Amino acid sequence: MTTFTPTSPAELLSAVQWAVAEEAPLEIVGHGSKRAIGRPLQTENTLDLSKLTGVTLYEPAELVLSARAGTPLAQIEKLLAENGQQLAFEPMDYARLLGQEPGNGTIGGVLAANLSGPRRLKAGAARDHILGIHAVSGRGEAFKSGGRVVKNVTGYDLSKAMAGSWGTLAVFTDVTFKVLPAAETEVTLAVRGLLDDNAAAAMSLALGSSAEVSSAAHLPERIAARVADGMLGNEAATLLRVEGFGPSVTYRIGALKELLRHAGPLQEIAGETSEAIWRDVRYCVPFAGSDKPLWRVSMAPADGHAMVMALRMQSAVEVFYDWQGGLIWLSMEMGEPEDQLVRAAVKHFGGGHATLVRAAPPVRAAVPVFEPQPPALAALAHRLKAEFDPSQILNPGRMA
Amino acid sequence: MSGLAMPKPDEATLGRRATIVADLRSIVPGEGVVETVNEMRAFESDGLTAYRQLPLVVVLPETVAQVSRVLKYCNDRNIRVVPRGAGTSLSGGALPLEDAVLLVMSRFNRILGIDYPNRTVTAQPGVTNLGITHAVEQEGFYYAPDPSSQIACSIGGNVAENSGGVHCLKYGLTANNVLGIEMVLMNGEVVRLGGKHLDAEGYDLLGLMTGSEGLLGVVTEVTVRILKKPETARALLIGFPTSEQGGQCVADIIGAGIIPGGMEMMDRPAIHAAEDFVQAGYPLECEALLIVELDGPAVEVDHLIGAVEAIAINNGSTTCIISNSEEERLRFWAGRKAAFPAVGRISPDYYCMDGTIPRKELPRVLAGMRDLSQTYGLRVANVFHAGDGNLHPLILYDANVPGELDKAEKFGADILRLCVEVGGVLTGEHGVGVEKRDLMPEMFNEADLDQQMRVKCAFDPNHLLNPGKVFPQLRRCAELGRMHVHRGQVAFPDIPRF
Repeated sequence: MTTFTPTSPAELLSAVQWAVAEEAPLEIVGHGSKRAIGRPLQTENTLDLSKLTGVTLYEPAELVLSARAGTPLAQIEKLLAENGQQLAFEPMDYARLLGQEPGNGTIGGVLAANLSGPRRLKAGAARDHILGIHAVSGRGEAFKSGGRVVKNVTGYDLSKAMAGSWGTLAVFTDVTFKVLPAAETEVTLAVRGLLDDNAAAAMSLALGSSAEVSSAAHLPERIAARVADGMLGNEAATLLRVEGFGPSVTYRIGALKELLRHAGPLQEIAGETSEAIWRDVRYCVPFAGSDKPLWRVSMAPADGHAMVMALRMQSAVEVFYDWQGGLIWLSMEMGEPEDQLVRAAVKHFGGGHATLVRAAPPVRAAVPVFEPQPPALAALAHRLKAEFDPSQILNPGRMA
Repeated sequence: MSGLAMPKPDEATLGRRATIVADLRSIVPGEGVVETVNEMRAFESDGLTAYRQLPLVVVLPETVAQVSRVLKYCNDRNIRVVPRGAGTSLSGGALPLEDAVLLVMSRFNRILGIDYPNRTVTAQPGVTNLGITHAVEQEGFYYAPDPSSQIACSIGGNVAENSGGVHCLKYGLTANNVLGIEMVLMNGEVVRLGGKHLDAEGYDLLGLMTGSEGLLGVVTEVTVRILKKPETARALLIGFPTSEQGGQCVADIIGAGIIPGGMEMMDRPAIHAAEDFVQAGYPLECEALLIVELDGPAVEVDHLIGAVEAIAINNGSTTCIISNSEEERLRFWAGRKAAFPAVGRISPDYYCMDGTIPRKELPRVLAGMRDLSQTYGLRVANVFHAGDGNLHPLILYDANVPGELDKAEKFGADILRLCVEVGGVLTGEHGVGVEKRDLMPEMFNEADLDQQMRVKCAFDPNHLLNPGKVFPQLRRCAELGRMHVHRGQVAFPDIPRF
């Protein structure tokens, strides 16, 4: 059992080269905050990036930040906030779902898991903001891709290819992200008491307007009470966040109120309450504090509610929706992860994918955590893995 | 061709041409196979017209099954294939090869679906960029990435090149606006990546395909995100005595938390050429001209116009005109949009470069370009996507003067070296193609290029799809696949271990 804790890219390179030479697989961890996602690993050795830290470049006027992969996300978010900036894609923190201490996680982990948050609708995910990487492949070769500028089509975009690869293609040593100004203010408009289908219609209407809604979530009855210390009460809440300069936000909230005047009772929520609500949506707080299996389903936003309705005819399920209905956090009441049931329903309603983000290790060893791919696509992904990590050194089997 | 080495044509393929043509006719019947020299002339170059080459044969398939069969046929017989969309590439991405089938996707020209609740359009790859907006604009929607060739360029080509445009600072590149594609691999397999959902599962092969310049697969269907048109847009026309002041103004606008819908800069030669051509009312006595466009609700635009005006004055602007009507806004843009043809009027030929730099390096790069301009004895005019640091230097030359094209290309290469030297990149939106292929080692070392080549090996191990593009040197996948470490021979520095 060896744990490598490199403090420089050169040390990290040596550790991977050792593993390649010894054919000794490595588990790649930062803070280990997402360690419980994916098929459980059985590697003897660990590559721990938590000491490979430091912001190496931050130029607010250029909207760019580079850091060593093990740099705490919290440190980066604090630095950006001090300069009125942010990672616009709002990377979520799985800690509350996975029974971990919140506030951990590294910037490398953000990219490896392609994290995002409620603003995904407008601003995309980590893959949309990554500008460049330095990494070491499973062949023990150090390489870079991309750069530090926003517009760059020089060569294949390996940075994107590695987003969401869960450490199975290469180990990042450095990442460079585009950063953006934080909004001056935010206000949330809540439509109360809607059933899922009416909520989906209201969200489609709002997103199809020019009000530039940055986030849209629907918390069904009872779930609503689980965010922001119960401030929303039990009644279902369809939440629309508007961000930007003060006068613009006021105007756009007004436009939304007019647009949705017949949708249901409206409630305007500003300031810290609005921020608390979206923080809890981002961190999936309604499903925290349990170890019940939990699915993360991604599908066409307007079709999510129909899939849930179909599923409900076969099993009791508890859900809430983010991304206008395109991100569904779903828990089966029977306690067993019915993977075939969920995946068949997703497929039937236009396709997408379902990830089992929370389940006990034996379950994750038996049930495919990530959506199985059709044969030609799976073969292509397998060939890519074989090119970058031919001897299966990096997180072997995690995405299998 | 000025010294550009392309892969050596395969004699066996050239010798089998008649058979190949006949076989392709059996896959794509009717007029889908073009083989006479006269008819193939139309396809001998793309937007980079300095390079021309007749293909082996041109195939215009109509169905995904035909694309799949053509590729599988070529793969099985080791025949090279060059995919082509609308042929507007500025980097020679669709330049034919003598021994390659040119696979033209222009007959894939239908919109397949419009989905307003999900705000998506699904289209065949030959639909033009502007065609997507036209399909949805009556309902007030549009497709945001707007490369200047948007009237002609195809959405499939946009995916291949990860096209940008003047609005991508605020609204993103093609990669940020494409949700899904269907594509055919060189072996004929059809795969779908993404869909109408926001994030694709597994490795981000969609991200990898976007900007892969036709080397990894042939796109047969594209699903994009559409947006509701902003309620209003207004622009400011701001002149500065120096490019430094213009550059600082851009930095201060962004520093104030403002991300304009568009932010363009022109230098003195470009300003004069544009003004002479379209009389946009540009001030002629300034060294740098900035067009800043704000879009959104009127109340927001008015608020930000005031803020930008104050920043401009603070940076010593000599002119600051604010558009008060849609006509005036469009007039501001008319000069910028006509900058290329305007430069075409003052010089027999021009060569357009596409490097991106960190914005703060603009004065240094402009000064370097002035020096190079003297060294080479060629004039240069600059237009610049100021918000994201993407430079378009236009090198003025005369192809009829022996040696001038060569000189212009060397000048261009030096500009790109300078871009890389200051922390930038070779190409922001036009692609590597054949044009910047041999400059790749300026930016990437051998290990970096090897990793890129390994991607290619996963998709197309025989290097049959669009060979000779992007990579300066082709290495066999078997050779790349060898492991270079041996048990017990790796150095172990003192890494903390527990």
